[in-house]
Amino acid sequence: MQITVNEENYTAHANETAGSVRDRIKADADLIIVNGFPATSETVLNNDDQVVLIRRGQIPGADELDALLTARHTPGVHQAVKGATIGIAGVGGLGSTIAIALARTGVGHLIIADFDVVEPSNLNRQQYFVDQIGLPKVYALRDTIARINPHVRVTACHLRLNPANIEEIFGHTQILVEAFDMADQKVMLIETFAARFPDRSIVTGSGMAGFGPANTIRTQKVANNLYLCGDGSTAAAPGTGLMAPRVGVAAHHQANAVLRLLLGKAPEDEV
Amino acid sequence: MEITFNGKPRELKTGTSIQELLDQLSLDCMQVVVEHNRNIITRQRLAETPLNDGDTLEVIHFVGGG
Repeated sequence: MQITVNEENYTAHANETAGSVRDRIKADADLIIVNGFPATSETVLNNDDQVVLIRRGQIPGADELDALLTARHTPGVHQAVKGATIGIAGVGGLGSTIAIALARTGVGHLIIADFDVVEPSNLNRQQYFVDQIGLPKVYALRDTIARINPHVRVTACHLRLNPANIEEIFGHTQILVEAFDMADQKVMLIETFAARFPDRSIVTGSGMAGFGPANTIRTQKVANNLYLCGDGSTAAAPGTGLMAPRVGVAAHHQANAVLRLLLGKAPEDEV
Repeated sequence: MEITFNGKPRELKTGTSIQELLDQLSLDCMQVVVEHNRNIITRQRLAETPLNDGDTLEVIHFVGGG
C-alpha cells in the first residue's frame, strides 16, 4: 500500500504498523503522527495514510521542516493555505495575534502594515517582547514569525495606511484583515478596500474590550464579503481596557474566518 | 417609500439621501460602514446617494479597540 512519510511517498506492506515503518525509515524518532494525530507503535496503517516521524529536539533541515510543522494539521489544510496571500492592516493586539496564528497555519505570504513602534503598554496583549521595545512593530513581528516558520514570507510595511496607499499595499491580497484600534480607521480601511476590490473578503474586528464573557464574541457576516468578529459593542474606553484574553478570542475568530474562507467554507455561524 | 434597513422594513420620505437617514438616526458616518444594495459605499458618497423604494441598506456600527 502507498503512504507518505514526512511528505515523501512510500510503499508499505499491507497491515504494516507505524512502529515498523519508523524502525525502517527513522528508528530514532520518538513521536509518530498519523493523519494529524499522535499514534503508537502498534497503530496499523492504511492506504493513503500520512505519517510524520519526529525526533524531539532535533532541528530538521529546511525541506523537512514544512511537513513537520504541519504534522498536527487536518490533512489537506497546509496545501490549501501555503499559496495564499493575506493582508493584515494594523499589528497591535488583534493583528499580531492573527499574523502568528496564520503563520503557524502555514499561510504562505503575509502582508503586514502598521506605523507604530513597540511600547511597554502593548505587552499586556500584543505578541511582542521586552527586548523589542522601540522597534517598529512590523519588523519585530516579521522577526518573530521567522523564528516560528521561516517558510512564511512576510512583507512588512512600516507606514500609516490611508485611502491613497491601501490599493498599492494590499492590491495582491486575497483576503484583507482589518485589525486597527480606532473605529474611524476601521471604517476608512473597509470602505476604501471594498470600493476598489468589491469581490474580495474583508475580516474585521469590533467589540473585544474588557473582561465580559468570551462567548459574546462571535463571527458574523454583516455585509456582502464583510465578516465581523467581536461582540459588536464593547468599545475600549476609560474604565474598559483591552486585555489579552478577550482580544485574543476576537483575533482567533478573525484568523479562523480567514482559514475557513481559504478552505471554501462560510466563516459565520452555520444555521 | 419603503426600504429594508438592517433587515427590517422602514418607511422613509421619498428622496431621502443616505446621509439624511444617518443624521435622523444620529449615526456618525465616521464610525459606520454603509452597504447600499449589496455594495459598500464610501462616506464621500453618502450625501449624494438618494434612497429609492425597495432599496436595501445595511449600516454596521464600529467601536474602537484592537
